[in-house]
Amino acid sequence: MTQQTLYDKLWERHVVDTLPGGESLLYIDRHLIHEVSSPQAFAALREKHRPVWRPGANMAVPDHAVPTRNRELGVPGIRDALARQQVRRLEDNCRDQRIPLIDLTDQRQGIVHVVGPEQGLTLPGVTLVCGDSHTSTHGALATLAMGIGTSEVAHVLATQTLRARKLKTLRVRFDGELDEGVTAKDLVLAMIGRLGTAGATGFAIEYAGDVVRRLSIEARMTLCNMSIEAGARAGLVAYDAVTEDYVRGRPGAPRDEQWTRAVDHWRHLVSDPEARFDREEVFDATILEPQVTWGTSPEMVVPVSGRVPDPAAALDEQDRANLARALDYMGLEPGQALEGLPIDRVFIGSCTNARIEDLRQVATLVRGRRLSPRLKQAIIVPGSGLVRLQAEREGLADIFECAGFEWRAAGCSMCLGMNDDRLAPGERCAATSNRNFEGRQGKGGRTHLMSPPMAAAAALTGVITDVRGL
Amino acid sequence: MQAFTRHSGVVIPLNRRNVDTDAIVPKQYLKKIDKQGFGAHLFDDERYLDPGDVDTPVQERRPNPDFVLNQVPWNQGSILLAQANFGCGSSREHAVWALQDFGIRVVIAPSFGEIFHNNCFNNGVLPVCLSQQDVDELFQLCREHPEQPLTVDLVGSRLQWGEREWPFEVDSARREALIAGLDDIGITLERAEKIQQYEARRRREEPWLF
Repeated sequence: MTQQTLYDKLWERHVVDTLPGGESLLYIDRHLIHEVSSPQAFAALREKHRPVWRPGANMAVPDHAVPTRNRELGVPGIRDALARQQVRRLEDNCRDQRIPLIDLTDQRQGIVHVVGPEQGLTLPGVTLVCGDSHTSTHGALATLAMGIGTSEVAHVLATQTLRARKLKTLRVRFDGELDEGVTAKDLVLAMIGRLGTAGATGFAIEYAGDVVRRLSIEARMTLCNMSIEAGARAGLVAYDAVTEDYVRGRPGAPRDEQWTRAVDHWRHLVSDPEARFDREEVFDATILEPQVTWGTSPEMVVPVSGRVPDPAAALDEQDRANLARALDYMGLEPGQALEGLPIDRVFIGSCTNARIEDLRQVATLVRGRRLSPRLKQAIIVPGSGLVRLQAEREGLADIFECAGFEWRAAGCSMCLGMNDDRLAPGERCAATSNRNFEGRQGKGGRTHLMSPPMAAAAALTGVITDVRGL
Repeated sequence: MQAFTRHSGVVIPLNRRNVDTDAIVPKQYLKKIDKQGFGAHLFDDERYLDPGDVDTPVQERRPNPDFVLNQVPWNQGSILLAQANFGCGSSREHAVWALQDFGIRVVIAPSFGEIFHNNCFNNGVLPVCLSQQDVDELFQLCREHPEQPLTVDLVGSRLQWGEREWPFEVDSARREALIAGLDDIGITLERAEKIQQYEARRRREEPWLF
């Protein structure tokens, strides 16, 4: 039999039909919805009097523009009138179309990419889409998951399918062993640094190798999450015992006899030993240091011991202009060391790094210590209400608050600054999120992406610090 | 969807790579629940010197005179020329609505962010991939003759600038849909029976998903 990659298997399983012109009609098992990319899609359906194809295949949750304070007030507590209207519209649309909604007051509310796996909506072997580029996160469960635009959201709502062309496959193998203080975030940042922000455009990335097999599902989600920052719409990790343990018992997971059947089915969700990938990249994780971005694209990243590049050494004129613009925006000098760079704010959160393990790593470092008085603010925004609850039960929230962190309610928050958590012009932030674009966290704000332990180290010292020497 | 066959217009040069959708339309405008009026906020962070939000009247903003969209003749341009990986990052379709509302019908670049690329087609905005060499040549021509319009002919799959011509390739399915201004959802629903048959099979084989 032909040797197939995991991506090939997932793709083949979901092709409903091949269309004239060569596109495929791909069946979508799960569709996640949030308030920002959906109102215009629902409006498009209404305009044509089209029903939602299978309401139960959808799940909605507000996350992008929701406040992370005063949540006991529910929707009326959203002070921003536009954000409030948008969340209300989501509620109305879901009620009208009988789509399951986790509302703002529900303990399960949180970032859509944290909630999906947590609730067992994300299952191995399914196709899952959402109007958000970080949907690649869900690939950690051997799920074919992709971000889509609002027109495609409407298409999925109305037809339960997506028109798509098959992607090429890239296997990224991480060999060796991670040093203490080095995490999945550092693996993926190093990968983006090597591939470039468009290096994997047109590919689905499968993460493999010893290091990945030893990672938890949460860490695998961090890896898959940032696939899009290398241009790849989908990231994947093969099914194994770790996946099985994670899924078992989740609210949406199959039970009893169906569980046995499902596991039997899921066992095949691996790339065959001789499967051919269109491209392969291999990394030695053993020599990897914690990574920090210095610029305005995730590809502008160096090891923490590294220095900011010098545009004079650029390969061409465009590259030089690109680097010079980023340095100017970030307020940095060519050749400057990153270690010791003073920061103003710390943001620990986002669909990349706001799960319980991320918070445990931070707590281990800040327990019994005080954050640097130099900081204006340090906030921790858990990925979901359940993560928040768990952290409180484990005593992590107390540790954070004693150290001087603000402990917030769940949402996307300062990752994209749609709510009131944002940077002022010129402020420098140590962030565990996924994008350091100009203005991403607020107009003129300067973002340095790093892992949760690295952000914790920066919070303690007030400067960019190698967590391994803390 | 708005059909696209042929378009002529002034080319707006934006000589930068990795222009992300956050730059095309910043987050504070994503709270709107319709598709109208995003053009005023196209490249908002660079286009205005002062910060703004949905409630700030555009007339009261201070335009950045150094930004291309605030300069003649490009403030009237309808074709955007940029460098590699245009539209990377966030999936926000608002970026395309902003381009479209400003009056831009074509974006030319050596490569595009994938989701943005799809979003363009779904709104009747044509993304044209050209080689780096061709893009660089176009930048050169724009500098020399900023007022001269470029003609984009989707039916003939070529760009025309005076005597100069460049062929380009577009995915054949996308091309046809754009020329006819087809309604994607309507076409897919013609296959409703196939979708139902597929669902019935999956329901038997993987009942836990239904």
